[in-house]
Amino acid sequence: MTPGFSPNELSSYLMIGAVLFSLGLFTVLTRRNAISVLMGVELILNSANINYVAFSHFGSGNADGQIYAIFVIMLAAAEAAVGLAIVLAIFQLFHSIDVEAAEALKE
Amino acid sequence: MTVSTAVFYLVAAITIGSAMIVAFSRNIIYSAFSLLGTFAGVAGIYVFLGADFVAAVQLLIYVGGILVLILFAVMLTHRITDVEITNRAAGRLAALIVVGVFVYLLLQAVRETPWAKAKDVVYLASTGKIGDLFLDAYLLPFELASLVLLAAMIGAVVISRKEIKE
Repeated sequence: MTPGFSPNELSSYLMIGAVLFSLGLFTVLTRRNAISVLMGVELILNSANINYVAFSHFGSGNADGQIYAIFVIMLAAAEAAVGLAIVLAIFQLFHSIDVEAAEALKE
Repeated sequence: MTVSTAVFYLVAAITIGSAMIVAFSRNIIYSAFSLLGTFAGVAGIYVFLGADFVAAVQLLIYVGGILVLILFAVMLTHRITDVEITNRAAGRLAALIVVGVFVYLLLQAVRETPWAKAKDVVYLASTGKIGDLFLDAYLLPFELASLVLLAAMIGAVVISRKEIKE
Protein backbone atom coordinates (compact mmCIF):
# COMPACT_ATOMS: atom_id res chain seq x y z
CA MET A 1 0.00 0.00 0.00
CA THR A 2 1.54 3.28 -1.08
CA PRO A 3 -0.51 6.29 -0.06
CA GLY A 4 -0.41 9.35 -2.26
CA PHE A 5 0.77 12.79 -1.39
CA SER A 6 -2.32 14.86 -0.79
CA PRO A 7 -3.60 17.31 1.85
CA ASN A 8 -6.14 14.85 3.30
CA GLU A 9 -3.75 12.01 4.09
CA LEU A 10 -1.77 11.81 7.31
CA SER A 11 1.25 10.23 5.65
CA SER A 12 2.03 13.31 3.53
CA TYR A 13 2.39 15.47 6.64
CA LEU A 14 4.55 12.83 8.30
CA MET A 15 6.79 12.76 5.21
CA ILE A 16 7.22 16.55 5.31
CA GLY A 17 8.07 16.26 9.01
CA ALA A 18 10.59 13.47 8.38
CA VAL A 19 12.39 15.39 5.62
CA LEU A 20 12.45 18.58 7.69
CA PHE A 21 13.86 16.66 10.68
CA SER A 22 16.61 15.11 8.54
CA LEU A 23 17.62 18.48 7.12
CA GLY A 24 17.77 19.89 10.65
CA LEU A 25 19.85 16.93 11.83
CA PHE A 26 22.22 17.39 8.89
CA THR A 27 22.59 21.08 9.77
CA VAL A 28 23.35 20.31 13.42
CA LEU A 29 25.86 17.60 12.49
CA THR A 30 27.86 19.47 9.86
CA ARG A 31 27.88 23.15 10.76
CA ARG A 32 30.79 24.60 12.68
CA ASN A 33 29.02 27.92 13.23
CA ALA A 34 27.08 28.11 16.51
CA ILE A 35 24.25 30.19 15.02
CA SER A 36 23.79 27.68 12.19
CA VAL A 37 23.57 24.87 14.74
CA LEU A 38 20.77 26.80 16.47
CA MET A 39 19.00 27.15 13.09
CA GLY A 40 19.15 23.34 12.71
CA VAL A 41 17.59 22.94 16.16
CA GLU A 42 14.75 25.24 15.08
CA LEU A 43 14.13 23.04 11.99
CA ILE A 44 13.95 19.93 14.20
CA LEU A 45 11.49 21.61 16.59
CA ASN A 46 9.30 22.66 13.65
CA SER A 47 9.20 19.11 12.28
CA ALA A 48 8.14 17.78 15.70
CA ASN A 49 5.40 20.42 15.82
CA ILE A 50 4.07 19.34 12.41
CA ASN A 51 3.76 15.78 13.74
CA TYR A 52 1.95 16.94 16.90
CA VAL A 53 -0.61 18.98 14.99
CA ALA A 54 -1.05 16.34 12.26
CA PHE A 55 -1.72 13.50 14.71
CA SER A 56 -4.08 15.77 16.65
CA HIS A 57 -5.99 16.59 13.45
CA PHE A 58 -6.26 13.04 12.11
CA GLY A 59 -6.54 11.29 15.46
CA SER A 60 -8.77 12.17 18.35
CA GLY A 61 -9.94 15.50 16.97
CA ASN A 62 -9.48 17.44 20.19
CA ALA A 63 -6.93 20.21 20.56
CA ASP A 64 -4.38 18.49 22.82
CA GLY A 65 -1.75 18.26 20.07
CA GLN A 66 -2.14 21.95 19.30
CA ILE A 67 -1.56 22.75 23.00
CA TYR A 68 1.67 20.76 22.90
CA ALA A 69 2.73 22.57 19.73
CA ILE A 70 2.19 25.92 21.45
CA PHE A 71 4.28 24.79 24.43
CA VAL A 72 7.07 23.70 22.06
CA ILE A 73 6.98 27.08 20.30
CA MET A 74 7.19 28.82 23.68
CA LEU A 75 10.20 26.72 24.73
CA ALA A 76 11.83 27.38 21.34
CA ALA A 77 11.56 31.11 21.96
CA ALA A 78 13.18 30.76 25.39
CA GLU A 79 15.88 28.51 23.94
CA ALA A 80 16.64 30.96 21.13
CA ALA A 81 16.95 33.89 23.54
CA VAL A 82 19.31 32.12 25.95
CA GLY A 83 21.24 30.35 23.15
CA LEU A 84 21.90 33.50 21.18
CA ALA A 85 22.92 35.35 24.36
CA ILE A 86 25.48 32.58 24.99
CA VAL A 87 26.66 32.90 21.37
CA LEU A 88 27.18 36.64 21.80
CA ALA A 89 29.09 36.08 25.06
CA ILE A 90 31.31 33.49 23.33
CA PHE A 91 31.94 35.94 20.50
CA GLN A 92 33.03 38.65 22.96
CA LEU A 93 35.42 36.21 24.65
CA PHE A 94 36.93 34.30 21.71
CA HIS A 95 36.21 36.70 18.79
CA SER A 96 34.84 33.71 16.86
CA ILE A 97 31.67 31.65 17.02
CA ASP A 98 33.10 28.43 15.64
CA VAL A 99 32.10 25.68 18.03
CA GLU A 100 35.64 24.31 17.77
CA ALA A 101 37.19 27.60 18.88
CA ALA A 102 35.23 27.68 22.13
CA GLU A 103 36.63 24.57 23.76
CA ALA A 104 38.09 26.18 26.87
CA LEU A 105 35.79 26.82 29.79
CA LYS A 106 37.91 29.64 31.24
CA GLU A 107 39.72 32.54 29.69
CA MET B 1 -6.23 18.31 -9.10
CA THR B 2 -8.10 20.92 -7.11
CA VAL B 3 -6.80 24.33 -6.15
CA SER B 4 -6.23 23.36 -2.52
CA THR B 5 -4.11 20.36 -3.54
CA ALA B 6 -1.99 22.61 -5.75
CA VAL B 7 -1.56 25.09 -2.90
CA PHE B 8 -0.56 22.20 -0.61
CA TYR B 9 2.13 21.11 -3.08
CA LEU B 10 3.38 24.70 -3.30
CA VAL B 11 3.53 25.10 0.50
CA ALA B 12 5.34 21.78 0.91
CA ALA B 13 7.85 22.72 -1.82
CA ILE B 14 8.54 26.11 -0.22
CA THR B 15 9.05 24.50 3.21
CA ILE B 16 11.41 21.76 2.04
CA GLY B 17 13.27 23.99 -0.45
CA SER B 18 13.97 26.70 2.10
CA ALA B 19 15.08 24.09 4.64
CA MET B 20 17.51 22.71 2.04
CA ILE B 21 18.99 26.19 1.56
CA VAL B 22 19.37 26.43 5.36
CA ALA B 23 21.19 23.10 5.43
CA PHE B 24 23.42 23.49 2.36
CA SER B 25 24.08 27.20 1.74
CA ARG B 26 27.65 28.45 2.04
CA ASN B 27 26.59 31.91 3.19
CA ILE B 28 25.03 32.31 6.62
CA ILE B 29 22.96 35.31 5.49
CA TYR B 30 21.21 33.15 2.87
CA SER B 31 20.65 30.46 5.50
CA ALA B 32 19.13 32.95 7.94
CA PHE B 33 16.83 34.51 5.38
CA SER B 34 15.60 31.18 3.99
CA LEU B 35 14.49 30.24 7.49
CA LEU B 36 11.69 32.74 6.74
CA GLY B 37 10.40 30.47 3.96
CA THR B 38 10.51 27.42 6.20
CA PHE B 39 8.67 29.07 9.08
CA ALA B 40 6.01 30.58 6.79
CA GLY B 41 5.58 27.24 4.99
CA VAL B 42 5.11 25.40 8.29
CA ALA B 43 2.45 27.99 9.21
CA GLY B 44 0.70 27.16 5.90
CA ILE B 45 0.80 23.44 6.78
CA TYR B 46 -0.86 24.25 10.14
CA VAL B 47 -3.65 26.00 8.20
CA PHE B 48 -4.17 22.82 6.14
CA LEU B 49 -4.42 20.89 9.41
CA GLY B 50 -7.17 23.17 10.74
CA ALA B 51 -4.96 24.70 13.43
CA ASP B 52 -5.56 28.39 12.82
CA PHE B 53 -4.39 29.57 16.25
CA VAL B 54 -1.12 27.60 16.06
CA ALA B 55 -0.50 29.07 12.59
CA ALA B 56 -0.93 32.60 13.93
CA VAL B 57 1.33 31.84 16.91
CA GLN B 58 3.92 30.37 14.52
CA LEU B 59 3.95 33.56 12.43
CA LEU B 60 4.05 35.85 15.48
CA ILE B 61 6.75 34.07 17.50
CA TYR B 62 8.91 32.35 14.88
CA VAL B 63 8.88 34.94 12.10
CA GLY B 64 8.40 37.98 14.33
CA GLY B 65 10.63 36.94 17.21
CA ILE B 66 13.07 34.08 16.72
CA LEU B 67 13.99 34.93 13.14
CA VAL B 68 14.68 38.58 14.02
CA LEU B 69 16.78 37.39 16.98
CA ILE B 70 18.81 35.06 14.74
CA LEU B 71 19.35 37.84 12.19
CA PHE B 72 20.52 40.17 14.98
CA ALA B 73 23.00 37.55 16.17
CA VAL B 74 24.29 36.99 12.62
CA MET B 75 24.76 40.71 12.01
CA LEU B 76 26.45 41.26 15.40
CA THR B 77 28.97 38.44 15.02
CA HIS B 78 30.02 38.68 11.39
CA ARG B 79 31.71 41.19 9.22
CA ILE B 80 29.22 40.58 6.46
CA THR B 81 31.24 42.42 3.84
CA ASP B 82 33.84 39.65 3.95
CA VAL B 83 33.69 37.47 0.86
CA GLU B 84 35.03 34.40 2.59
CA ILE B 85 32.77 31.46 3.33
CA THR B 86 30.86 32.50 6.43
CA ASN B 87 29.19 29.19 7.09
CA ARG B 88 31.81 26.49 7.37
CA ALA B 89 30.75 22.86 7.34
CA ALA B 90 32.74 19.75 8.13
CA GLY B 91 32.23 16.03 7.76
CA ARG B 92 29.58 16.46 5.10
CA LEU B 93 29.93 13.07 3.41
CA ALA B 94 29.65 11.02 6.60
CA ALA B 95 26.73 13.12 7.80
CA LEU B 96 25.02 12.79 4.41
CA ILE B 97 25.28 8.99 4.52
CA VAL B 98 23.97 8.76 8.11
CA VAL B 99 21.12 11.21 7.52
CA GLY B 100 20.28 9.59 4.17
CA VAL B 101 19.87 6.14 5.70
CA PHE B 102 17.89 7.68 8.55
CA VAL B 103 15.43 9.54 6.32
CA TYR B 104 15.01 6.46 4.11
CA LEU B 105 14.00 4.39 7.16
CA LEU B 106 11.62 7.11 8.39
CA LEU B 107 9.92 7.47 4.99
CA GLN B 108 9.59 3.68 4.58
CA ALA B 109 8.00 3.45 8.04
CA VAL B 110 5.54 6.19 7.09
CA ARG B 111 4.67 4.49 3.77
CA GLU B 112 4.26 0.97 5.15
CA THR B 113 2.03 1.84 8.09
CA PRO B 114 -1.73 1.81 7.35
CA TRP B 115 -2.74 5.16 8.85
CA ALA B 116 -6.28 6.04 9.79
CA LYS B 117 -8.26 7.85 7.14
CA ALA B 118 -9.31 11.43 7.69
CA LYS B 119 -12.76 11.93 9.09
CA ASP B 120 -15.07 14.52 7.61
CA VAL B 121 -13.77 17.47 9.54
CA VAL B 122 -15.52 20.79 9.81
CA TYR B 123 -13.08 23.66 9.97
CA LEU B 124 -14.05 25.71 13.01
CA ALA B 125 -12.00 28.27 14.87
CA SER B 126 -9.92 26.35 17.43
CA THR B 127 -9.27 29.34 19.69
CA GLY B 128 -12.12 28.63 22.11
CA LYS B 129 -11.14 24.99 22.59
CA ILE B 130 -7.49 25.93 23.18
CA GLY B 131 -8.44 28.64 25.69
CA ASP B 132 -10.65 26.23 27.63
CA LEU B 133 -7.87 23.62 27.74
CA PHE B 134 -5.26 26.15 28.87
CA LEU B 135 -7.35 27.31 31.82
CA ASP B 136 -8.64 23.87 32.72
CA ALA B 137 -6.60 20.74 32.03
CA TYR B 138 -3.28 22.48 31.27
CA LEU B 139 -3.41 25.19 33.95
CA LEU B 140 -0.26 24.09 35.81
CA PRO B 141 1.94 23.81 32.66
CA PHE B 142 0.53 27.16 31.54
CA GLU B 143 1.63 28.85 34.77
CA LEU B 144 5.00 27.05 34.67
CA ALA B 145 5.49 28.40 31.14
CA SER B 146 5.35 31.96 32.42
CA LEU B 147 8.00 31.13 35.04
CA VAL B 148 10.22 29.53 32.37
CA LEU B 149 9.89 32.60 30.15
CA LEU B 150 10.76 34.93 33.06
CA ALA B 151 13.82 32.82 33.94
CA ALA B 152 14.93 32.73 30.29
CA MET B 153 14.56 36.50 29.98
CA ILE B 154 16.60 37.22 33.13
CA GLY B 155 19.18 34.62 32.11
CA ALA B 156 19.61 36.11 28.64
CA VAL B 157 20.10 39.61 30.11
CA VAL B 158 22.65 38.37 32.67
CA ILE B 159 24.63 36.31 30.14
CA SER B 160 24.83 38.89 27.36
CA ARG B 161 25.63 42.07 29.33
CA LYS B 162 29.18 43.32 29.53
CA GLU B 163 31.09 42.83 32.75
CA ILE B 164 32.06 46.16 34.29
CA LYS B 165 35.61 45.85 35.52
CA GLU B 166 36.38 48.00 38.55
